[in-house]
Amino acid sequence: MTTPCCSRRAEDHHCASVVIDALDLSYGARQVLRRVTMTVPPCGVTAIIGPSGCGKSSLLCAINRLTDLIPGCRVSGTVRVGETSIYDAGTDLIELRRRVGMVFQKPNPFPLSIRRNIELPLRETGIRDKACLAEATERVLRDVGLFAEVKDRLDQPALRLSGGQQQRLCIARALVLEPRIILFDEPCSALDPIASAVVEELIAGLRGSYTVLIVTHNLAQARRIADQVGLFWVMEDAGELVEFGEREAFFEHPQHDLTKAYLSGAKG
Amino acid sequence: MSEGGTHTDARLVLARLPRGRGEWVVSWLLAGTAASVVSVFLCILASLLHRGMSGLTLDFLLGVVRDAGRSGGIGPIIVSTLWILGVCLLAALPVGLGTAILLAEFSASDGMLGKVVRISLDVLAGVPSIVFALFGNAFFCIYLGFGFSILAGGMTLACMVLPFWIRAAELSLRAVPNDYRLAAAALGMSRHRLITRILLPTAAPGLLAGLVLVVGRALSETAPLLLTSGYVTRMPGSVYDSGRSLAVHIYDLSMNVPGGEANAASASLVLVVLLVVLNSGMTWLSERFLHGRVLQV
Repeated sequence: MTTPCCSRRAEDHHCASVVIDALDLSYGARQVLRRVTMTVPPCGVTAIIGPSGCGKSSLLCAINRLTDLIPGCRVSGTVRVGETSIYDAGTDLIELRRRVGMVFQKPNPFPLSIRRNIELPLRETGIRDKACLAEATERVLRDVGLFAEVKDRLDQPALRLSGGQQQRLCIARALVLEPRIILFDEPCSALDPIASAVVEELIAGLRGSYTVLIVTHNLAQARRIADQVGLFWVMEDAGELVEFGEREAFFEHPQHDLTKAYLSGAKG
Repeated sequence: MSEGGTHTDARLVLARLPRGRGEWVVSWLLAGTAASVVSVFLCILASLLHRGMSGLTLDFLLGVVRDAGRSGGIGPIIVSTLWILGVCLLAALPVGLGTAILLAEFSASDGMLGKVVRISLDVLAGVPSIVFALFGNAFFCIYLGFGFSILAGGMTLACMVLPFWIRAAELSLRAVPNDYRLAAAALGMSRHRLITRILLPTAAPGLLAGLVLVVGRALSETAPLLLTSGYVTRMPGSVYDSGRSLAVHIYDLSMNVPGGEANAASASLVLVVLLVVLNSGMTWLSERFLHGRVLQV
């Protein structure tokens, strides 16, 4: 499917697991996450749900260390991405972020052409060959179902695309680095229902090739696409993981009272 | 921002709202202020055209200065002006851009470093140009030994325009949405690449607007050059030669040379045309740049 020259993915590429152990996260004096311990299995889709402000997005940022960018943010505990403990001293952040892709709530393509949006991160890795770049661009645009829509205007501004197309472009941009893990931070919440359905289907299609960790406010979406579901809740002013399990068990036989209340719509 | 006509130009919204009772007074006042701004420019231009147009010949543009400027042309003056401007931009732009990047991207907006630099810049921006002249003379001409020279003049001008340039550049960098920084970070881009590939191209229109401001100021300043680049009207051979800028020439002709008024008006006309050409040239470039390379909106 991919020619070796264009692919960053090594022969032994496989999606990686994320093992989070006793993670505490705080912004200054305000604790946001407390004692989060969970294992995101490889190659599946894991959904994180919960009310606003319970630290779901912060959790994602702790996995690619975007938390480093936030002044006053402190993280303790361990996070292992594959074999790497990412909070160890000397972690190569650039390599980490290439292995752990991220798609944000609001589509954020660069104010460049569609083509440049895809090529830019790839060029950063040292790939300069025009044919390779073009091939990789086409491949990921096909992967997100955007190629047919934009193949005649690859050199036009990405910002002229519709919101849903922009979000798919952002997913393609993340995919081009061939990450092991992709973090989605409410990727559909800024989109209209039709675009949202397209993106949701696309995320579900990543199962098996990538480890997907998605934060969503949409219970129905979690029910449709997730293999595992985790519920976060604010307990004593900090977000905690209340319940985490297989989708079936989570939705059909929730253990925790908060989960039951949240699922029934009585809380949250 | 996007196609399809859902996003109207924000500036047109207000004009299309229905008018409340009595608001026609405000509308007329607004129209009046706009008209007076334009009419001031038109009056100046008309007066310059009336008095200076007849003297504006090719010989005047290319010729050497004769009889203290009463006759002859302003060829060397134009060359000196452009050299001074060139030195000024070469010195100010990189230093200013570096400072702006530091302020906008590497220092917290309420941090100590940012505060100190910003206060210094605000003070610098308020210092009268004659004080820059004295400083430039003491530092560049005497201490560094440049003498009365285009180099000293250009450097003095650079010190003067730096605060304006830095502020404009910092604001246009800060106006770049944070989404792009996060996106770049999440894609494993280094800070150097983020700056050169995303931030600077995105901020380019604002940077060019700042550049227009800087060029305008540099071309029109007189006082700092009186004491630094000097009065010499010969064609400059290098940046170590003294050279008279257009603004200084106009000042000299109108204040110190009886009978120089006609040529002062012609030289003023040249200066204004030069400003208009440089400004519209840069605006044109900025638009081409936008549509051709950065492709924003």
